[in-house]
Amino acid sequence: MSITEQSATESLALLKQGELTSVELTQAYLDAINARDEQIGAFLRVDGEAALARAAEIDQRRQAGETLGELAGLPIAVKDVLCDSDERTTCASKMLEDFRPPYDSTVVAKLKAADAVLLGRTNMDEFAMGGSTENSAFKLTRNPWDLQRAPGGSSGGAAACVAGGLAPLSIGTDTGGSIRQPAGLCGVVGLKPTYGRVSRYGLVAFASSLDQVGPLASSVEDVALLLATIAGHDPQDSTSLDAPVPDYLATLNKPLDGLRLGVVREHFAEGLDAEVEASVREAIKVYESLGATVKEISLPHSKYAVATYYVIAPSEASSNLARYDGVHYGYRTDVAKMISDLDSERKELEETDDKEGLEKLDTPLVRMYRRTRDEAFGPEVKRRIMLGAYALSAGYYDAYYLKALKVRRLIRQDFDAAFAEVDLIASPVTAEPAFKIGQMADDPLAMYLVDLYTVSANLAGLPGISLPCGLSKSGLPIGLQLQAPPLAEEKLLRGAQMFQAHTDWHKNKPEG
Amino acid sequence: MSYTTVVGLEVHVQLATQSKLFCRCSTQFGAEPNTQTCPVCIGMPGSLPVMNREAYQLALKTSVAINCEIPAFTKWDRKQYFYPDLPKGYQISQFDLPMSEHGWLEISDPKDRFEPKRVRILRAHLEDDAGKSVHDEVHGRADSEIDLNRTGTPLLEIVSEPDMRSAAEAKAYMQELRLLLTHIGVSDCNMQEGSMRCDANVNLHIDTPDGKAATPIVEIKNMNSFRAVERAIEYEAGRQYRVWQETKQQMGDVPKQTRGWDDAAGKTLGQRSKEESSDYRYFPDPDLVPVLSTPEEVEAVRASLGDLPADIRRQLADDHGLSSYDADVLVNQGREVLAYFFNAAEKSGDYKAACNWVTQDIQRVLKEQEQSIDEFSISADQLADLISAIGDNRLPKSRSKDAFELMLTNEIDVAAAIEKLGIEQVDESALVTLCQELLDANPKIVADVKGGKQQAIGALIGQAKKKNSNVDPGQVRKMCLELVEKM
Repeated sequence: MSITEQSATESLALLKQGELTSVELTQAYLDAINARDEQIGAFLRVDGEAALARAAEIDQRRQAGETLGELAGLPIAVKDVLCDSDERTTCASKMLEDFRPPYDSTVVAKLKAADAVLLGRTNMDEFAMGGSTENSAFKLTRNPWDLQRAPGGSSGGAAACVAGGLAPLSIGTDTGGSIRQPAGLCGVVGLKPTYGRVSRYGLVAFASSLDQVGPLASSVEDVALLLATIAGHDPQDSTSLDAPVPDYLATLNKPLDGLRLGVVREHFAEGLDAEVEASVREAIKVYESLGATVKEISLPHSKYAVATYYVIAPSEASSNLARYDGVHYGYRTDVAKMISDLDSERKELEETDDKEGLEKLDTPLVRMYRRTRDEAFGPEVKRRIMLGAYALSAGYYDAYYLKALKVRRLIRQDFDAAFAEVDLIASPVTAEPAFKIGQMADDPLAMYLVDLYTVSANLAGLPGISLPCGLSKSGLPIGLQLQAPPLAEEKLLRGAQMFQAHTDWHKNKPEG
Repeated sequence: MSYTTVVGLEVHVQLATQSKLFCRCSTQFGAEPNTQTCPVCIGMPGSLPVMNREAYQLALKTSVAINCEIPAFTKWDRKQYFYPDLPKGYQISQFDLPMSEHGWLEISDPKDRFEPKRVRILRAHLEDDAGKSVHDEVHGRADSEIDLNRTGTPLLEIVSEPDMRSAAEAKAYMQELRLLLTHIGVSDCNMQEGSMRCDANVNLHIDTPDGKAATPIVEIKNMNSFRAVERAIEYEAGRQYRVWQETKQQMGDVPKQTRGWDDAAGKTLGQRSKEESSDYRYFPDPDLVPVLSTPEEVEAVRASLGDLPADIRRQLADDHGLSSYDADVLVNQGREVLAYFFNAAEKSGDYKAACNWVTQDIQRVLKEQEQSIDEFSISADQLADLISAIGDNRLPKSRSKDAFELMLTNEIDVAAAIEKLGIEQVDESALVTLCQELLDANPKIVADVKGGKQQAIGALIGQAKKKNSNVDPGQVRKMCLELVEKM
């Protein structure tokens, strides 16, 4: 077994025992990236030199007997949406192509403090808006299981790099399923923590009330390891939860006695692929064989979840992205050209004595805003800004935004009621395995429906995990989603670990 | 035909915090541009606001002082618009659930130009300030520069009901508000530096043969002093009346207009009216959590306020016998002068005399020297000594101003000043002798006094002073009258 095939936990043990150096490990992943990422396209940028220098420094400190951080020497990939003062943070957008944040996000700061080796930045849908990573302004990312297929998104690069053996650990973000869905489609493990469990400080916002940072890796154990590092209260994030972080690894292998597993009636309905349904039902049987009782429950408002999400998320996005206006940082249109165009437009209007046209002509400032945003945002980002601006407008606010907030509360109440009866809820992650690149390019609505099983956890603020539970006949991974009550990550991880301890689906790797 | 001017004011007050509302940058005025900024206040991607508790406490203090009700729950909303000095693309403000509402402020006029009244306050809410756009036209073409030092400074917006009926009332409201807020120490309320800003909504209610007519409401901006507020509203009322006479336009006939006050020209000028009213797309800020206040917290704030200017005015009039005019003038000098006054008044026991010294002579000197009361060379204790010396006749009243000037210029106490003036106590027997001599020498005056013309004594006072400069005119008068009685 090559060292890039061992789990992060295994590598960490070898590093601690002195049987492996961080330089060796980092070099192995850099070699894998060199060999395969041209095809996969998981990374936007890799700084091998910096990673090796960092690895060497950590090796040296280990040799000197220094106390090291909990991820010391482990390479990690970071989604290009978390600020890092040593790196550009582009959000896969032309708008921030050259943006260098002057500060570290809390998560990146924690990774640095844990002595992780930051390998590079992974591709994503522009500003995390999308479910296929096709909305990146810079490149396509391909699913390592089938290069004609999308890796999912928006953390497509984050999932693909783990699936492709290019990084043992990866950081993604999840606003409506953006960690769990690509993890499911790429056959890796991805966890979206409880809203507020991980600091959002320095995470470039898409939808502030839904965004969460979370880990991706090839096993539940590795995900637990990484979650333990990034979780915790942050006074710089007002929505961060001030609750202690349990020692996830300490209890991970303790099975959940008397586990009550909820299966949602509404989840097994029209549109669910037969192979996916069969794999998920098979997974539920595994739990039964381990002593769990399975209980059918109902989440009656879940049918409104996607609609609710696509009002709330774009509303917040329209506001969060207002700051990209070409004034203070980021992309700005060619001002000289803009002024000369404006002058010739004015001249033409004057010649035809078009008073109304002159009256309506943009001021240079307004034209600068328009051009900058028109040139630097991609179509999906523009679509969502418009959706959100519309939903928040006077006269529409009550019918859209306010109503969506009310439904959101009902969705949360559904979960509260459900979790009075069950410990965890099991479901598919997506209705189908990975789709072909370009398949939904002309149908944004179909793309939105991919979020069906995942958005509820964001709306309700719950933790959820996606883990491999099967392979389709065509050889594509199928994912199982488990959801838990707020702050029950420990239970969620133990539940997921029960499954992995008794199955081998997570050990499947794509050929390559 | 007659009309009434109707005025409502929106006042923005910068709270005197050390740091900004949602980050830890300094709020100091006058620093080099863009030196007091951080990722949060300049709206860098990924940065998040965290509420400054001190700012909220100052806002709460203000709200309680203006008699507002404090709801148990308040939240933050985003007010969205594009402008270069607004780096986030939205202002964090409070929309439908402000931190305080339904208060009032009492205004009165010492010169009695209007009846004392309560101006109702609709609401007061907290928000973060925008930056400053500096338009630089030196380089041939108009360039705009942005200074973000002010961005994020806590602002309390206090919105009055349209309860004022004249420019004088509006000015009095502003002055009373400044007095109150500086008294409780929540803001320095400096209109020139922009730590207190004011927009006025003005229209007229005109009596016509067909009943009352209301002119369209105009919002006046850009008033940078109390005097400007008064002048702008006066001007605007006159302008609206002229326009009404020409057009008969009433409220609702034309969209609300915004006019800017041009102080040099003494006019309000129309600003480019927006085609449609702006839609700020307010919604709750998902980056912040609601703020909760308990009745106990509010009561603790109320208890910490102590006496407010209105209370002190009443005490001075009711308990210490000052006229309401004097009480008003005194309180309007501000907290430091008031503390000085109370010190001198309590120590000397003579509130009226202390008030006269403080509001007349001391104010004159402070103005001439451009000094604050802290820099004034006569301490409150020394002033109390001066007042006592006059009270127990060690210092004739007629020489008191001379003594005051000596104390001031030579920085000496009252005893030294009395000595320097050569004032000696004239004992009772010397005074009797002196007065008797004068009366004996002026039988006509004695006859006049006996005939009921007491003021005839006046002629003797000058003569007495010539014979002995230390005699007190009042005592001479009193003694002469006593002696005439016996003659």
